[in-house]
Amino acid sequence: MSLLLEPSPEQIKQEKRYQEMGLTDEEFALAEELLGRPLNFTETGLFSVMWSEHCSYKNSKVLLKKFPVDGEKVLQGPGEGAGIIDIQDGQAVVFKIESHNHPSAIEPYQGAATGVGGILRDVFSMGARPVALLNSLRFGELESPKVKYLFEEVVAGIAGYGNCIGVPTVGGEIQFDPCYEANPLVNAMCVGLIDHKDIQKGQAKGVGNTVMYVGAATGRDGIHGATFASEELSESSDEKRPAVQVGDPFMEKLLLEACLEVVKSDALIGIQDMGAAGLTSSSAEMASKAGSGIEMNLDFVPQREAGMTPYEMMLSESQERMLLVVEKGREEDIKAIFERWDLHAVEVGVVTNDSRLRLMHKGELVADVPVDALAEDAPVYHKPSKQPAYYDAFQAEAAYIPEIADAKETLLSLLAQPTIASKEWVYEQYDHMVQTNTVVAPGSDAAVIRIRGTRKALAMTTDCNSRYLYLDPEVGGKIAIAEASRNLICSGAVPLGVTDCLNYGNPEKPEIFWQLEKSTDGLSEACRVLNTPVIGGNVSLYNERSGGAVYPTPVIGMVGLIEDTDHITTQAVKHAGDLVYLIGDTKAEFSGSEIQKMLVGPISGKAPEINLEVEKKRQQQLLQAIQHGMVSSAHDVAEGGVAVALAEKMMDGPLGLDIKLALPVENSFSESQSRFVVTVQPENQFSFEQIVEDAKLIGKVTEEASLKMEFMESETLHATQAELTKAWKGAIPCLLKSRA
Amino acid sequence: MKFAVIVFPGSNCDADMFHAIKDSLGEEVEYVFHTETSLDDYDAVLLPGGFSHGDYLRSGAIARFAPIMPAVIAAARDGKPVLGVCNGFQVLLEAGLLPGAMKRNIDLKFVCRTVELVVESNQTMFSSGYAQGEVIQIPVAHGEGNYECDDETLKELTAKQQIVFRYNEHVNGSKNQIAGIVNAQGNVLGMMPHPERAVDALLGNEQGLAVFTSILRNWRESHVTTS
Repeated sequence: MSLLLEPSPEQIKQEKRYQEMGLTDEEFALAEELLGRPLNFTETGLFSVMWSEHCSYKNSKVLLKKFPVDGEKVLQGPGEGAGIIDIQDGQAVVFKIESHNHPSAIEPYQGAATGVGGILRDVFSMGARPVALLNSLRFGELESPKVKYLFEEVVAGIAGYGNCIGVPTVGGEIQFDPCYEANPLVNAMCVGLIDHKDIQKGQAKGVGNTVMYVGAATGRDGIHGATFASEELSESSDEKRPAVQVGDPFMEKLLLEACLEVVKSDALIGIQDMGAAGLTSSSAEMASKAGSGIEMNLDFVPQREAGMTPYEMMLSESQERMLLVVEKGREEDIKAIFERWDLHAVEVGVVTNDSRLRLMHKGELVADVPVDALAEDAPVYHKPSKQPAYYDAFQAEAAYIPEIADAKETLLSLLAQPTIASKEWVYEQYDHMVQTNTVVAPGSDAAVIRIRGTRKALAMTTDCNSRYLYLDPEVGGKIAIAEASRNLICSGAVPLGVTDCLNYGNPEKPEIFWQLEKSTDGLSEACRVLNTPVIGGNVSLYNERSGGAVYPTPVIGMVGLIEDTDHITTQAVKHAGDLVYLIGDTKAEFSGSEIQKMLVGPISGKAPEINLEVEKKRQQQLLQAIQHGMVSSAHDVAEGGVAVALAEKMMDGPLGLDIKLALPVENSFSESQSRFVVTVQPENQFSFEQIVEDAKLIGKVTEEASLKMEFMESETLHATQAELTKAWKGAIPCLLKSRA
Repeated sequence: MKFAVIVFPGSNCDADMFHAIKDSLGEEVEYVFHTETSLDDYDAVLLPGGFSHGDYLRSGAIARFAPIMPAVIAAARDGKPVLGVCNGFQVLLEAGLLPGAMKRNIDLKFVCRTVELVVESNQTMFSSGYAQGEVIQIPVAHGEGNYECDDETLKELTAKQQIVFRYNEHVNGSKNQIAGIVNAQGNVLGMMPHPERAVDALLGNEQGLAVFTSILRNWRESHVTTS
């Protein structure tokens, strides 16, 4: 019926109706050429979502090629739901990060919740049990009511979904900066465990096999979500709220348990999540990867509402749905497993040999498109790139050196900066303990999950200081990888690999494309040097509103293997009398630092230097010392410099620190790279110094719960632990209470 | 001793409970799906945490109608130890095996952290391994743990020493800081904190183990005297 309301092929072409769906004139012409005839409304919809940046990576593909994706331990690189890395003993770790920025900007609770739901499905559709979630969040300054609302609702949405499904949310990070004011970033990462024998692929193999649909019914929510995510936010974006999906974590829990039973069945051929672009991408991609075709009868698709058109069904992004390919004749085996979990798997189609996606609806052929045209043949752009004027100005600028009137007050103010302050208010709302494997809970450098029944554990982190990337995308890109790796090393892990979520502005602007280009250069080089292949990820472009782009923010999710639980190390000091070492050189580097932002406002200048070979050597030496049991605690030096790092080491315990630094007082807030502060028991002094070349003894752990620091020119800092903790833990609750 | 862990479709602490019994207590344990109807083969029944049927309605309000529930009620009547933790506690309240009800946490936020509890009564089969008045650290993780009952019930709970655990700090607005209560017979305990999350030295806390060793010791003693 409603088909009558859809524009005809002629209208679509002449009235350029495809533009409303996000296709350009050139793209529409190419689609028509690939099809060899005019496109009808449904087919135009299929092309528009599959050729959106979100699904096709058409603007970023040329850059993503630079990433090292191979490694002897890599079992699955980019291209499937999630990447997989071997961790020996027939086990593997599966992980992936994904953005849900645009939905979260207009409907923060559901946007964030469904982001968690989507990333979970990416992992369990590979056959893996999700064991941990992490979140990387970016908001504007925590001052306006709007930002507070976004922050509180995003956190509540993540909690609402993750807590219900019973996967612990163990880590992540949050930065606050004005550039994210109208365009928050919500990136969710999931880590799963799998036995090699259970690894699944999203492939539609075997002509005649049955295509089955399982999970929630298809509704009119999320239509064109992928297209919406591939354009700039504007004043009218709030009208796109129907493009945001609504999550049902209980349904997902049923789907999770049922799918993990189904993957043990040899009747299953392939399985894929219906994520972005829903039924369209899952069917087209599964067929394209297998070199086959799929014919579906949309009358059999479970529908939430009467009168849904093929266009709506194919473009819906209703949550908690999976597409399966099942051996012909074994459908009842699969149905029985789902029935146990009160889910109904239904047959919706069949695998064909003609490499076409063919859709039937009420007895009519409503779409007939080559699967490769949708999944493989999207245009690839190499957009023009231009070095922005701000970069030249920053490079020419004289280095900024802060003036410190009162070292203690400066430190307390830094600890109260929301980016540095304790995120306890956030992670206390997340169930971070369920599954009872969380050895290191949120709050240390990396979260650690033990692998039950073994001596092994996994360390995981997300990181990205986008301020350095803004100042210099190439150097900042290197730092992002190095910092993630540092966090894993500090927890006693060997870094295994990377999943990245590239959050940028509009790539059609040459200055933005330049940021993308330069930062992927830096990321790639660091991954190569530090031996952390990129096994998957996600690109989120068009993070702009009212003309302002977010800082280039390639969030790095990294997972490492702790070979023996005895190696697990945390950042907190352990015993009075332990020696404190600073590893690495401290230079007067303040551009892009927390202290520059705090004292000046806008950041500027040159990003701190990084030498990847030096970084690698220090990381390897520190890890060796940790694995030999010489290190009591380890923490990387990041935002706020060594003073903040030292304060963070003594927040939770009864101990203090007595430190002498042969540095000007301001340098204790410098953010020079490749540095660590560690504590070592006196009996290990000699052997530790033998292994870690660049370690300098700077003091010791004391029984008095205070931080005492001496600097050059008899400058000092003395703060009690109570003062430090109050500033650090009190900041975020206090900002949220002060209603503007 | 053989334990049953009841599995509702949305249970998510079932495996944690299972491992606490199998790995930390070292006793026999099996999962029993909510569609089963008998618990005759088990000496004790554990209702784990989670979101039994999504809990979009009141927590546990649908679970109480599960096919397994008559068997849980029968086990309670027969004097077997029945322990409900978190969502399991909510289910016991909905099923009428314990008095009172749960409201949303007073600040309307989910709370997950380790809190201090006071052992108000060590005169139960679940708490005899603790000292009277002992302060212990046990994790909580819930959005609806704000216990509520009428004054009459509170008077009775107090008089009959049915309050087993009390929060030693502000957690969720719970009436009289109640964290866990037993029924009048003393064989059904509901508690919001998660003892099964505190049974393993590697995770840094073993202070919940005494709940399970208490059940075991008391079962063994009663078993010896009756046989």
